[in-house]
Amino acid sequence: MTPQIAVFIVLAAVAVAGAVSLILQRHPIHSALSLIVVMVALAGLYLLQGADFVAAVQIIVYGGAIMVLFIFVIMLLNAGEEERTNSSFMARYVGVPLGIVFTGEVAYWIGRATLHLNPTAAASAVTTSTRDLSTLLFRQYMFPFELTSFLILIALLGALVLARRGDSD
Amino acid sequence: MNEFAAHHPFLLVVLPKVVILLFVLLTALAYLTWFERKVVAHIQSRWGPYRVGPHGLLQPLADGVKFLFKEDVTPAGADKFAYFLAPFLSLSLAITSIAVIPFGPSDIKIFGQSTPLAITNLNIGLLVLFAITSMGVYGVALAGWSSNSKYPLLGGLRSSAQMISYELSLTMSVVGVVLMAGTFNLSAIVTSQQGFHWGFIPRWNLIGAPMPQILGFLLFFTSAVAETNRSPFDLAEAESELVAGFHTEYASFKFAMFFMAEYASMITVSCLATILFFGGWLSPFPQTPFWAWTHYIPTVALAVAGLALIAHGVRYITAFGRVVLPVIGLAMLGLGILVSLPGVVDFVQGPFWFLLKISIFLFVYVWVRGTLPRFRYDQLMDFGWKLLLPLSILNVVITSLAIVLTQK
Amino acid sequence: MVPTSYFLVLSAILFGLGVVAFIFKRNILTIFMSIELMLNAVNLAFITFSRALGQLQGQVFVFFVIVVAAAEAAVGLAIIILINRNRGTLNVERVDSLKD
Repeated sequence: MTPQIAVFIVLAAVAVAGAVSLILQRHPIHSALSLIVVMVALAGLYLLQGADFVAAVQIIVYGGAIMVLFIFVIMLLNAGEEERTNSSFMARYVGVPLGIVFTGEVAYWIGRATLHLNPTAAASAVTTSTRDLSTLLFRQYMFPFELTSFLILIALLGALVLARRGDSD
Repeated sequence: MNEFAAHHPFLLVVLPKVVILLFVLLTALAYLTWFERKVVAHIQSRWGPYRVGPHGLLQPLADGVKFLFKEDVTPAGADKFAYFLAPFLSLSLAITSIAVIPFGPSDIKIFGQSTPLAITNLNIGLLVLFAITSMGVYGVALAGWSSNSKYPLLGGLRSSAQMISYELSLTMSVVGVVLMAGTFNLSAIVTSQQGFHWGFIPRWNLIGAPMPQILGFLLFFTSAVAETNRSPFDLAEAESELVAGFHTEYASFKFAMFFMAEYASMITVSCLATILFFGGWLSPFPQTPFWAWTHYIPTVALAVAGLALIAHGVRYITAFGRVVLPVIGLAMLGLGILVSLPGVVDFVQGPFWFLLKISIFLFVYVWVRGTLPRFRYDQLMDFGWKLLLPLSILNVVITSLAIVLTQK
Repeated sequence: MVPTSYFLVLSAILFGLGVVAFIFKRNILTIFMSIELMLNAVNLAFITFSRALGQLQGQVFVFFVIVVAAAEAAVGLAIIILINRNRGTLNVERVDSLKD
């Protein structure tokens, strides 16, 4: 059990616990907090694989901006706890087992297919340099980059127009 | 001992650094509150804490004891989990951010292990600091929401909206520095500012080549003051506007945690400002042998301060002060003599200049608080989005232009 | 060094949990968050493959996924605010006036 596998197990357990907590919590703000935990655990997993810039961006953008937006909306809409109804027969005895079977099957086959797709020892010790990543992003993928700036502009305008308090003209 | 250190690097090298830094940080937090109260008081022509210990030096201790003994009230209907999580999150994030800050050069030897004078030396140190800052918004937002009360909710929403707005110009204003240094590693950013223009003007990023980052520094400091919810941007926690904003419903120790988190982020921002724009732990004097006498400036400063304190202390009003103040002065004198010893002089240079620069920034923080009136909330948001953000983008554009034009 | 398949199995499990949350939860905000969970699981798979194949394209794609998720979250939350304003509820089972 190398330290890396131990760290992986801890972070994976935290991520899965966060995801399960997202499902089981009744109040949306607790689900949002669980999702933040999942994202931080995933950032740790990215760090474990040497993608440190992406890990930092994940925390800054996903954890620090997108989830803050979610929490703002939950607070503004004063979302309450979900009503407590008994899950239907189909949900409890057919749905959840089928969901678990689906997930288990996908996991099994993916795991089996990639058993030998490990990086070499030299490649796995390398931490991605920001310089290489940005060279790739700003030279080869410059066009998608500019397109995403348009996308954000459209999203900004859309959100602004949609959420404005109904003065019609 | 050296072989033991080689086999257990964590135990003998990292752990002492963490413990010492934590201890120094928490003491500095406590005395920063004393410093602020004294300075704001003197700006307002009064004396500030004066009676609890000589010159009010035991005031932080009294405050700590008060916080510990106050009754811890939880409001009815509060969301227990978020209510307990918020101050804990704020404080732990604020203290963790000190871990990536370099206090000195990167090759100090502790027990034979070469180690940076920081807890870690990450290649993305600057990004980690921004990640921690952006997670700090949750402490405020959750505190406001979980208190189940109007004023905290409004204060929390306003405060967190302010924090995420100024976070943008905060991150953009340092992009100029990162472009000039070529790395996110904080130690490397400091060492890229070594050297002197024409032999005696230091090449700090504030006046560096190819583009002096004056605009970047002003934007950074302004955004940082807004980000840490300090005056003049502290509308969300101002007593006259919103009772106490997001921490209205918090009693004793949880309120102390928010308080400490605010001061810890002040310290972090001052550290960051010195590292990015003012050369970090670099001395403002050239390192040629002609200027070797500047290595004794810490000694002289400590000795003079110690002697002045002794001279003042023996004529103090209370008997307790007449004993304690000269003892402190003597300790400073002893420390001054200690840092003039040949083995210690070089070791102390980096941290001394770093601490001096941080103190100057903390003084500016407190000075701004005592002097400027508060922004109104809409003025604050206009300022952040319509002035600071475009200016920081302009700074990025101008800096990249300067770099491209001066590249050979 | 952690084998690639471990990360991919974790990614599959997180994706499956996201699907389960999407189907079984009634609050529109929680459903939206499960979409974000699925996107995160896919990001993990991208980074894992980028590492296994030694290419950086995977990480570049993760950037684009994060950007698209941000844009989608902004517009989606605006729509949710509108639905709440017009319908007064956040329960997806109540927004069924097109049903016969």
